Amino acid sequence: MTTPLAGGEPLIDVHAHFFPDGSGYHNGWHLNARRLEAGDRIGIVFHVASILGSWGATSPTYFQSLADTVPANDAMLALQAADARVRTYVAVNPNDGAGAVAEVERCAARGAVGLKLAAARRCDDPVVTPLYECAARHGFPVLHHIWQHRRRHWPGQDISDGADLARAATRHPTVSFILAHIGGGGDYAHTFAAVRDVPNVYLDLSGSGVDRGMLDDALAAVGAQRLLWGADITLCTGLAKLRALEVIGLSADELADIRWRNAVRIFPAHAFASLGGRLSPARPA
Amino acid sequence: MIDVNTFIGGFPWRYVPHPEPAVLSQVLQREGIDGAWVGHLPSAFHRDPSHGNAELVAALAPFAPRLRPVPTVRPDWPSATRELDLAVRVSAPAVRLYPQIVGLGPGDPNTTQVAVEAARRGLVLVLTVRFEDLRQRHPMDAVPDLSAAFVRELARASTGATVVVCAASREFIEEVHWGLTPAERTRLHWDISWLWGPPSDELSHLLRTIGASRFLFGSMWPLRLVQTPLASLELREADVLAAVLADPDRLGLSDEAGDWR
Repeated sequence: MTTPLAGGEPLIDVHAHFFPDGSGYHNGWHLNARRLEAGDRIGIVFHVASILGSWGATSPTYFQSLADTVPANDAMLALQAADARVRTYVAVNPNDGAGAVAEVERCAARGAVGLKLAAARRCDDPVVTPLYECAARHGFPVLHHIWQHRRRHWPGQDISDGADLARAATRHPTVSFILAHIGGGGDYAHTFAAVRDVPNVYLDLSGSGVDRGMLDDALAAVGAQRLLWGADITLCTGLAKLRALEVIGLSADELADIRWRNAVRIFPAHAFASLGGRLSPARPA
Repeated sequence: MIDVNTFIGGFPWRYVPHPEPAVLSQVLQREGIDGAWVGHLPSAFHRDPSHGNAELVAALAPFAPRLRPVPTVRPDWPSATRELDLAVRVSAPAVRLYPQIVGLGPGDPNTTQVAVEAARRGLVLVLTVRFEDLRQRHPMDAVPDLSAAFVRELARASTGATVVVCAASREFIEEVHWGLTPAERTRLHWDISWLWGPPSDELSHLLRTIGASRFLFGSMWPLRLVQTPLASLELREADVLAAVLADPDRLGLSDEAGDWR
């Protein structure tokens, strides 16, 4: 078997997406196949993924209707059932209130491993609180879509930034919050300053942004045990960041933390059961 | 492999770690890249680029021939042809123009004239669509991206110049490429620094539809990770995995302009 491009150590992508038939992506199944194929070449063991409603086909991507939410989560769970490399975030719109909580409960019972929230409601809005309480009950981390430093409103999203997520995380200290894609747009330097002292906020390295200095500054701000590798929808930048991490002076332990160990620590035990036994008790979170 | 899109020097809008030629030389060696065309990043924002050009030439001299200077030319500045002559004197392969930063629009006659003069001297023109993603820019950085219309007009102007456009998206490239005649396309090349790999596979798509001979390796170091275009190349789809990008040293030569897809 060929050695993966990113080496043989386990690798978990904590920020992935899939695209079902009938979604806003006309070539969804091709994208899915390419993700898995390229993921194998890179060495991704698990893709922890969500489907955001219909991806715009019948309700907006970031303001998904409940009618789109349920089949999207079903499609995600079906992918998980069919492929041992796939894990499911249940994605909901917090504005659906009790319906959103019920959807998280339904998907948790079917094997989801985390909660994905995007940009239908600011993350520190009290409307979202029941979802965080639900995540806490299930031991789910919350992957929250973030705009790095919201200086104004942008169309199509009710966006949150690092400062907003820091407030939410401080209110819910038993929940692990994954701050989405530091390379996904906006000023990541603001994010690092905003979350530095909030220990239950983890930074996901995904996104198309590949600025030099971004990884070094993320590491300096929160340390290797609060960084999580991910690719989102650009696997090339994910591979590039892995290679950059290898040359910025990290120890083997720190690299392993970022590649997979931190994810194993913050997701439910059943999420990556095959890797859980490899965690060293001498290196607690 | 030559990286046609690198710089030395600082950037006004954020801290950039060690943007020195010695570091660039080490990075290229580490990544297996043979050499680079190197611009002077601060000069992109200076009113008069001449001082920055002198600094660039002096800084790169110890690293010749691996690092080749690409001086900046401001098309609407009285000394434009002096900077072209400087480029020839220092054996530069190209000059960099930033028309959007100095407010020059599509069809600008000064740019056309610089293109004619550059072609006469055997110099390639390098344009840069953007330095940073629009979403992360400093509040004072209000310069728009270079427009596709600008590149189309320049390519249609029959200046004889070979043009390399850096940091263009798939949409930008397609809008320009398919908006030109086959003859006009032959003078235009693109770096791959902002073209994504899987799952959307923009790079593979463009190699397939437009042809590998129109593309060049570029990273935009020190602003961006040099590992990114390398990763994009490694993750290409199977049918274009063996496609060979254009050789920057052959740009403008008669045997280079053979791709009429």
